Parts: sequence; C-alpha cells; structure tokens
Amino acid sequence: MSGSIVAGILAPHPPHLVYAENPPQNEPRAECGWEVLRWGYERVRKSLAALDYDVLIVHSPHWRTFVGHHFLGVPHFKGLSVDPIFPNLFRYHFDVNVDVELSEAMCEEAKASGLVTKMMRNPAFRLDYGTIASCHLVNPSWSKPIVGVSSNGSYYYYSNEVGQEEQIALGEATRRAVEKTGRRAVLLASNSLSHRHFTTEAEIPEDMSREHVYHHGQYLWDMRVLDLMKQGRSRELVDELPDFIDHAESEVKAGALTWMLAALGFPSYPAEVHAYGTVIGTGNAVVEWNASHEDVRVAASPPVG
Amino acid sequence: MTTNQVLRGFIVPGLPHPLLCPERSPAWTSLRASFDRVREEIAASGADLLVLYSTQWISVIGHQIQADPEPEWVHVDPEFHDLGTMPYRFRMDAAFARAYEAAAKARGLHARTVAYHGFPIDTGTVVALKLLNPGNAIPACVVSCNMYADRGETIVLGKAARDAVAATGRKAIAISVSALSARLFTHEIDPKDDRISSLKDDEWNRKLLELLGEGRLEDVSQLAREFSAQANGDQKMKAVWWLAAFLGEHNAYEGTVYDYQPLWGTGAALVGLLPSARAAANLEFDEESVETFGGDRGVLSGGSAAVPSPPSAPVAAPAPPGGIIRTEAAPKPVGAYAHARRVGNLLFLAGIGPRRPGTDEIPGGPVRDADGNPLPYDVEAQARSVVANVKAVLEAAGSSLEKILDVTVYLIDMKRDFAAANAVWAETLGHVNATRTTLEVAALPTPIAIEWKVVAEA
Repeated sequence: MSGSIVAGILAPHPPHLVYAENPPQNEPRAECGWEVLRWGYERVRKSLAALDYDVLIVHSPHWRTFVGHHFLGVPHFKGLSVDPIFPNLFRYHFDVNVDVELSEAMCEEAKASGLVTKMMRNPAFRLDYGTIASCHLVNPSWSKPIVGVSSNGSYYYYSNEVGQEEQIALGEATRRAVEKTGRRAVLLASNSLSHRHFTTEAEIPEDMSREHVYHHGQYLWDMRVLDLMKQGRSRELVDELPDFIDHAESEVKAGALTWMLAALGFPSYPAEVHAYGTVIGTGNAVVEWNASHEDVRVAASPPVG
Repeated sequence: MTTNQVLRGFIVPGLPHPLLCPERSPAWTSLRASFDRVREEIAASGADLLVLYSTQWISVIGHQIQADPEPEWVHVDPEFHDLGTMPYRFRMDAAFARAYEAAAKARGLHARTVAYHGFPIDTGTVVALKLLNPGNAIPACVVSCNMYADRGETIVLGKAARDAVAATGRKAIAISVSALSARLFTHEIDPKDDRISSLKDDEWNRKLLELLGEGRLEDVSQLAREFSAQANGDQKMKAVWWLAAFLGEHNAYEGTVYDYQPLWGTGAALVGLLPSARAAANLEFDEESVETFGGDRGVLSGGSAAVPSPPSAPVAAPAPPGGIIRTEAAPKPVGAYAHARRVGNLLFLAGIGPRRPGTDEIPGGPVRDADGNPLPYDVEAQARSVVANVKAVLEAAGSSLEKILDVTVYLIDMKRDFAAANAVWAETLGHVNATRTTLEVAALPTPIAIEWKVVAEA
C-alpha cells in the first residue's frame, strides 16, 4: 500500500508556549501566557486526533547543519533538553521514539536526488529544542514516533534562492519516501513567520502586557503570507518567501515551510489558520494543510490568465 | 582591589576535529600540537581565571554568562556527530560570572548568568577547555556571542569583562574561540585533502595573521568589518572585537601565530597576544571606542520605538573603565598618573600646569629658586601656557577647549595673580561658558603659580 502525507502543520516552536502550558515534562512553571497560540495548537490536536497517521516528520531550524541534510537514525532518545536561549523557560524531559526506517528512506531518496545527506547515528546526541517543542505542541503524549530532519544552512551560506531549491528537492524526496514506505505521515514545519524580536526580556516572561509585534511592517508581511495560505496559493507563497525573509527577517529562511509545501505538492486547497500571535515580538501562526480539505477548492482563488 | 590584570589573550578555533580525530589530517594533527603549546603557556602563566567568548554559543536576548560551578554532560556536535562524543566536567568561576554580569549591566547591556543542569555548552567552549585546561586547573568563565550584536555592543561586552577582572582582582587570560574565515565545505571531504575553501579567504586570513603576529590587535579589530565582508568572518569577527576591548584597545603586544591550518575549509589559527611595553605603531583608528550600550539595535527603521526600554541607570558599577590618555604634547606628569581618563563621554584631566612639554621650562619664570627663595614671575605667561597644555591633552583625547565643562583653578597668590589669570581665562575660555572655581593654595608641586583641574566632554 502506498503511503501518503495526510497533513502538514506550520508548527512554530517558541519554548514560551510549552512553558505557559505547564506540562509535566517541563521543569519551569508559568502562570499563563500566549493563550491564542496555545488554543490554536489545541485545535490542531483535535484535528490530528481525527486523522489516521503513524509518524510525525519535523524539520527544525535549531538543528542547523551545513554539510548536507541530516536525519535522526537512532530508534529511541530519552533525556533533558535545555533551551540555550531561554533556559529559564524550557528544561524539558523527553522520551522519543524515532521511525528509523522512514528516516533512512528519506535520507536515501534525498541523496538520490542529488542532495548531500547523512544519518545521525550517535546515541548520545541531544535533540534540539525546536524539534521537541513543535512535537510536544501537536502531540504532548508523544504517542507517535518522529523523524527529525536538520535545517541545512544553504540559505545562510549562498542565497535564499539556493536554499529554496534545496528544500524543494528535500520535500519532494520526503514525499517519495513516505509513499514508498507506506507511512501515513504528518509534517511539522517548525518555523515562525516574521522573526525580528525584542532584545530584552520582561521580568515576568509571561507578562502579556509586554507582548506585541515588533514592527508594523512585520505584521503586514505576516498577514500577506497568511492570506496566501488561506487562499491556497502556496506556489505563489513560495515564490514570495525570499522577499519575506529579507523584509521581515522571517524564520522560514531555515527552510521548513518550503520543505513542507513541496512535500505536500504545493497545495492549492485552503490552509486553515488556527491561530496567529506574537512571541517576544516575532510573528507566529499555527496553520494546517489537511489533504482531506483538498476537495474544498477556494472560491477566492485568483482568476487565471 | 582594582588593578586590572588581563595577562594575555588567545584566539583558538572551535571545531571538534583537533579534539576528536586529529590523526585523520596533517592539518588537524598540527592544530592539536599547537593547542598543546598554548596549553603549556597558559599553565605557566600564573593565571587564576580563563574567560572565553565562543562564537558557537549563540544568544539572542542580550548575553549569557555560564555560572554553573561544575557543569557536566556528554556533548555531541550537531554537525559532526559522527566524530564521537565529548564528555565534560568543567570548573567555572561562578563568583566572577556574577561580577561580569554586574559589570555588563552597569554598562547598559542586557546580561544574565545561567546555571542549569543540562545547559548545552557549545562545541567551541568544550573543545577549548578540554584542550587548553584539561585538568580544570584554572577555573573558567564563558560568555555567549549575541547573533545580533554589533561592534559597539561587543566592544562594551569586552570592556565589561575588563571591569569585572579589575573588580574581582583576578589574573585572567582572555580566549576568543573563533575561526577566521568560516566557509565550511558543504560536502564530505577526505580529511587529508582539507584546505581553505577559497583562495580569497586564505589571502585575507594571512593578511590578518600578519598583523596579529606584529601584535596589532586593535588594527585587526578595526579591520574586522572589512575582513568579514571579504572572507566570511566567523560571526562577523565579534570575537576579535571582544578580545581587543577586553585587552585594552591598543597594539602593544608581542604577537605569536602558533599555527594556521584549514579545518573543514575554515581558517583555523592559534594566536597569542602578550601585552608588551613596545607598541607597534598605532594607525589612524576609524572606529570609535564605545563605552556603554544604548539599548536596542534599531535594525528596522522605527524599531526602537516599538521595543521595551533598555535597562535603566547602572547600579553598583564595578571598576572605572579604561580610556587612559597620555600624550607627549603635554608636560610629563610628576607622578604615576595619566594626563586624563575617559569615562563614558566625559574626560577627567589631571592637574595641568604651565611647564613646557619636553623641557619642563616654566614660561614667565619659576616662582621660587632651588632653595625656596621667592622669584619674580609672570602669571599671565604661565596662564597662557596652562591653556596650551590643557588644549594639548584634550586634543590627544579627541576633544577640544570648546568642550570644557568645569575648571578648578589653583593659584598660589590670589591677591597678586587673580586679575591676570582671570583676563587670560576671559580671552581664551570666556566664550565656552564652562563653570569655574578658583582656590588659593599654599603651594603646588613644582615652582609654578597656577594649575587647572579640568572636566570636559569627550
């Protein structure tokens, strides 16, 4: 039986969202915070609960590699992840299973398409906090295995356009690997949108009177991008991402969104925006592309020709 | 204790190959041997503190300073995980870390200490400490590299480290863990074939190392922007800015380039900088010496209005910063003091008298002979010479007479000399609108009739 990608989630990873939820795995305690985004994740959880899927594939900007694209290749990880940026908010005890067979298939498919790839086989490797935060926020019970994919730095090294090309090739390889291995996969793009953030922190991290978008220009860009998502114009969105990156310091530079949209085949059906909110000034949206919505073509799609 | 004892500085690379697999490449073997040489020099230095700045410890909200007294973990590099693991247990100087945090805050920086079990210490720090201080004989302190920080913010961070060393009385060694050119190969290579990934990078690395070998660290600091633009400098060469500020912003070093090798395409060098009495010529510095951090970086237009205010007035500032001014254009001090000190945007001048630079001749004549007998003298000539000497010191500090804020005038004979001294003041300083206090004193250290104590804007 051929596998398929059943959904893709734009699943940003601010550790603040995990912190504010007070899950048992995380050591620090919070009073509240960033509720709109967290409620958006609650809706995603409900949506995924109705889906039959067997693996989460997560692409995280905080596993940065320059020598190719790396894939988790150890079946089980258990340990403590401390966020190097916000250690006061995120000290998370993780216990994760990895779908190594799928991971190897993705690595091989990507290699066959000309990308530099490597399996990560070191059992002492520590999962990055982006991977953990995004996976926790969509599946806090960790009931599904994951595949972790590194964020290749070609965007930073060469140009946004080179980065896009690599991520599109990686996304297409991911789709082929999922189909060949018969998995029903959910993809997680662990990226925020606009990413200029405050350079100081409130004394109480969850003080929501201090939370707002860093800059109006960022907000306009975020709304532009979300509109394209809602209208199912994902190909056009990918074409605009290099400008978005330059103008709004967007974290999609790390490639997760491009990878996911390519793996989904550049969907023309509408994405569902579950939430938008800011975290230390950055723009974050929880957005779902669900293949079961593919029949719902958008009336608002722009005329062709 | 306020004596500043930064004994020397080093630049070392931070990729894990010299630690984990030096035998795979002649270049990496050489780097490992050079780490050993530096380790021996550090062990013999008498230092009681290593302060590290690692370009691989990235922070985004200000700067973080490691304050866990005994961090312990098994580290795996996120990129080169196939090379093996790096178990570590380090000894950190938590008290110094807190002093560094206070000093950084006093200079307007956003800073905090971190002391959490499992905090991910970066590969560069692990490599440097394991190779340079393997038995933890010397406690360490590590500060992060803020990915958005510009030169000014990083210079201030280096000066804060210097403040903290002075305030705690440590004998410190400063270590920048940084590549030069940072262009990694983006594909697998045979380690034996490792080379600098670009000829242009190689040429720029060699240019930088030539300057460092001559001890011209401040020149390299001034060149860092250009180097980064041309050769993809590691984190914009912030580690050099930090090191130059920490060591005192000058070119007075004995420079030693222990090694220069390729490391997965990057430029990896081990460099030592030993403060020396002999300075290579100070070139004309284009970049200013920043004393305090003013807040947000304002990267986006209008951004500064949208962000919270930076920390308010500094509290419990530790030691005074550097900014020592000495000049041959003014009379030599008669004691162990500088002509002036710069703090923030203020200049504090020592008492300045009328002696001529070089000859110590007193215009208008001395007020007494060698036996203490009074002599006739011309206070107007002495006053004019005081103004000339003050002008020379101010200009050496980049200031001018027009920036004088406050003057205390000392006269040995108020009744005899006030009118003439006041006339010279009116002629030379009357338009400046400085504040002034005039005092009569029994004597001045040399046979002069007048001396000024000046505070000016830098």
